[in-house]
Amino acid sequence: MSGTIIKISGPTVVAREMAQTRMFNRVAVGRIGLLGEVIRVRRDEATIQVYEDTTGLALGDEVSDAGEPLLVELGPGLLGSIFDGVQRPLDVLAAEHGDWIARGLKLPALPRDRQWVFTPLVRPGTQVAGGACVGAIQETEKIQHRVLVPPGVSGTVLEIRGGTFTVTETIAVLDDDRPLAMLQRWPVRTPRPVAERLPPVVPFITGQRVFDMLFPVASGGTVIVPGGFGTGKTVVEQTLAKYAQADIIIYIGCGERGNEMTEVLADFPHLKDPTTGLPLMQRTVLVINTSNMPVAARETSIYTGITLAEYYRDMGYSVALMADSTSRWAEATREISARLEEMPGEEGYPTYLATKLAEFYERGGCVRCLGQADRQGSVTIVSAISPPGGDFSEPVTQSSMQVAGALWALDSDLAHRRHFPAINWKRSFSLYAAPLDPWFRAQVAPDWPQLRIDLAALLQKEEELQEIVQLVGIDALQDQERIALEVSRLVREEYLRQNAFSQIDAACPLEKQYWILKALLLFLHYCRERLKQGWAIEQLLGSPFRAELERMKETPPRDCVQQARAMIEKMGQEVGK
Amino acid sequence: MDDLITREYETVSGIAGPLLFLERARTASMGEMVEILLPSGETRRGQVIELSEQHAIIQVLEETTGLGIAGTRVRLTESAAMMDLSPDLLGRRFNGVGLPIDGLPPIIPEARMEIIGRPLNPVARDKPAHFIQTGISTIDGLNTLVRGQKLPIFSGAGLPAKELAAQILRQANVREDLPSPPSPFKGEAKVGASAFAIVFAAMGVTFREASYFLQEFERGGVMEHTVVFLNLADDPTIERLLTPRYALTTAEYFAFTQGRHVLVILTDMAAYCEALRQIATAREEIPGRRGYPGYMYSDLASIYERAGRIRGKAGSITQLPILTMPDDDITHPIPDLTGYITEGQIVLSRELHRKGIFPPIDVLPSLSRLMNLGIGPGKTREDHRAVADQLYALYAQGRDVRRLAAIVGEEGLTDSDRRLLKLAQDFEQEFVNQGEQDRDIDGTLDLGWKFLRYLPKDRLTRVKPELIEKHYGANG
Repeated sequence: MSGTIIKISGPTVVAREMAQTRMFNRVAVGRIGLLGEVIRVRRDEATIQVYEDTTGLALGDEVSDAGEPLLVELGPGLLGSIFDGVQRPLDVLAAEHGDWIARGLKLPALPRDRQWVFTPLVRPGTQVAGGACVGAIQETEKIQHRVLVPPGVSGTVLEIRGGTFTVTETIAVLDDDRPLAMLQRWPVRTPRPVAERLPPVVPFITGQRVFDMLFPVASGGTVIVPGGFGTGKTVVEQTLAKYAQADIIIYIGCGERGNEMTEVLADFPHLKDPTTGLPLMQRTVLVINTSNMPVAARETSIYTGITLAEYYRDMGYSVALMADSTSRWAEATREISARLEEMPGEEGYPTYLATKLAEFYERGGCVRCLGQADRQGSVTIVSAISPPGGDFSEPVTQSSMQVAGALWALDSDLAHRRHFPAINWKRSFSLYAAPLDPWFRAQVAPDWPQLRIDLAALLQKEEELQEIVQLVGIDALQDQERIALEVSRLVREEYLRQNAFSQIDAACPLEKQYWILKALLLFLHYCRERLKQGWAIEQLLGSPFRAELERMKETPPRDCVQQARAMIEKMGQEVGK
Repeated sequence: MDDLITREYETVSGIAGPLLFLERARTASMGEMVEILLPSGETRRGQVIELSEQHAIIQVLEETTGLGIAGTRVRLTESAAMMDLSPDLLGRRFNGVGLPIDGLPPIIPEARMEIIGRPLNPVARDKPAHFIQTGISTIDGLNTLVRGQKLPIFSGAGLPAKELAAQILRQANVREDLPSPPSPFKGEAKVGASAFAIVFAAMGVTFREASYFLQEFERGGVMEHTVVFLNLADDPTIERLLTPRYALTTAEYFAFTQGRHVLVILTDMAAYCEALRQIATAREEIPGRRGYPGYMYSDLASIYERAGRIRGKAGSITQLPILTMPDDDITHPIPDLTGYITEGQIVLSRELHRKGIFPPIDVLPSLSRLMNLGIGPGKTREDHRAVADQLYALYAQGRDVRRLAAIVGEEGLTDSDRRLLKLAQDFEQEFVNQGEQDRDIDGTLDLGWKFLRYLPKDRLTRVKPELIEKHYGANG
């Protein structure tokens, strides 16, 4: 089925004689077969967004319709891969076609010659339905890749074989002679079905104090990270990709910098997964569409990434998806919409922006998987947003905020002071804090929620006191207030600030987070008591306790916890609990 | 069917602003360069930017003044915009679309490349890792430039961005294994004969400004290592859209074919963006923020992302774009979108400039994202990161105190606040205000310690005790 080009404008092309096509069908455009997708059909004319640069296309060039939508390849071998927005393997592309990305190249996402050892987990004669696990492959040292019956397929297993296979070879046959291979395909824009969605009750542990303690996110939750340029969005995303606890990380570099991706590519193979100690790349899939790569593929990269995430979720894994940044995706949507001459909404974005964003965020979540009652998986979404001028009132931030369960607001003032992560604790929020309290109480300490409340109260108090100081000077404060101010500063410097590049402090286990904060808050109590006993402020500021607190975050976790406990005991002895 | 071989059309149906509409141009292709032949015999150049059954839209690079419908013919060249390349480009001067303007004949090309350029595969990139000593403390010490980086200067009207860029050019030194030669680019030229090149692209700047740079190149003796592209304020606006692409294609040739370290100066990116807006408006596109097109981010990225290193190749491209922030507003779409693409920014401050400080770099909003890759033991010094972080934190606090002092008076300050106030003051006057001086990195960091000593040791919470021990000295 093919048509001919009658119009070309930027990344969009209109073709005639396309009456047979359907929305979102995959097409090949022009002599070199540029990859495209049908985004509008009118009579026999189809509008196509092209995923590659359209230079050189001419009227009359052929457009051929593949008769199916854009599909993502799923199967073993995804982990450790580096794809572009339409799932072409970038490393293979570089090896075969050189340093610059040429156009019209077609490469399978998964290598066809690689052999995998398949172990069947069902016998012939078993009744299976979509989502049922028929066998497994050890994809990496830690991850067992479960081969699932595709959603919508069911029947009786007639034949199933163990052994070594490539991804395209038949490993099982269902009744009616339907073959099953490891390689499966799924339409990129369609969410994969689940048995049931579950409320999130387990935290997504980031190892970052300000997040885990003040604004925790649930595993299966959605958090947005908006911030102007230079406030550290990418560092947050990368730190989480490195240190957060998850079975699988999908990292989408959507319309961002090439050199940053190079850092990820260079660093990840040498870094170790904090939970397993294995190379980080073994749990990671990178989807990279840098800002100079074609706009339309940038739009797709988000969907490619989330489909990969859902696939591993369906096997029962906890997956974290880092999207950096969602704004670039939204801008790609805007650009395409403008080319379609759609009536623009706010700031030129299409009126369906909020719907599309919500649909994307809703693909995250904690679920009971299809096909097996006790299998649970989750997709946590961490979405960076780049608001123009750092102004959060813009449509992408606002629409995202309505859907997301947590907001980590980045702040340029903090970033200018090199306070990182530059999280503005006044603006940020998390709706997951209360649902997660039972977990923290049971797994870390019964008074974890109370510490969070006390910490927030102290920061609030500091805010009020600062206002007074700004108006009338520090002399107007009483000693009790001044000490609150000093301890609050200590908390900001020694607790909320965390060095992503320090070997010890880059990731902070929950126990360490708990004990440092407990010691800090008790120090405030200690100072207040001492003041009542007539001590001078300077005396307290020079106290060895304070010096110890200042070194705590750079102390290895076990020693740190011991130190904190000893210190708490000592302070308690000195002033009485 | 003779349509298929037709390469010349007389079907101009309209002219609007910088656009020319050509009917039934069936054989044109996207991005193709065309020649517009006027009845007078004059020729202008254009580029196909949209095709439909009704017409092809051609953006005319020169002005459309004097262009009419009658008698005008358009000839297709069957080629996208190309740049002829050869080592002989060095020392030459071109207009905004790559034609020689120095009176010398065109070069004999060794290679031709499309100026659009293909995106560099992220996997093929190599991590930037080499410190470039610019001799400027606020850059070297606090916002370190690294080879392969794109670091723009955000300036305001009347602020000395070009003087700063010229100083960087004069002093910039690429520390590798070699001992640092006193005069940087020249030094490298001595060592590796031809290890570096400068590509200078002027877009919409005045003759005065462009000639300032040319004089600087002469003065620094680097003219024979420089390729100049000039699209001045009175040159055709639309040409400006191609100028950075000609320049970067040239830079890529010298970096990745010739193995040189190329420094690219693009000035003024604001003028480039104005041209982009002009075309978008002429095409009746839906405007984005402040009338700039919605794709300006992608368009700017296609320029700025052409910097970096490639694995297994010797050369590199370092970009130093200059842009004037309209009304000094850093949230204006031009600096805003630039900041989202580039690896940091050097921000000039009118307040510092008024105080007579040169270079008037406001370090707080300035940033180098690649700093960590170029500093530390073996590259600069082990205390570099800590000194930078601590100076940032203290200077920021000092500025807060200054605001506070303006309200409550200096008497209302505590002793430690007074120290911070003095620190902010002296930091601006000595560390920032270095004039024409060329400071090496040791000098910069040692000077940094001078200000850290304004505060007692225990206030330096961002510096490790062993570093304090080593550098703070006995007095404290």
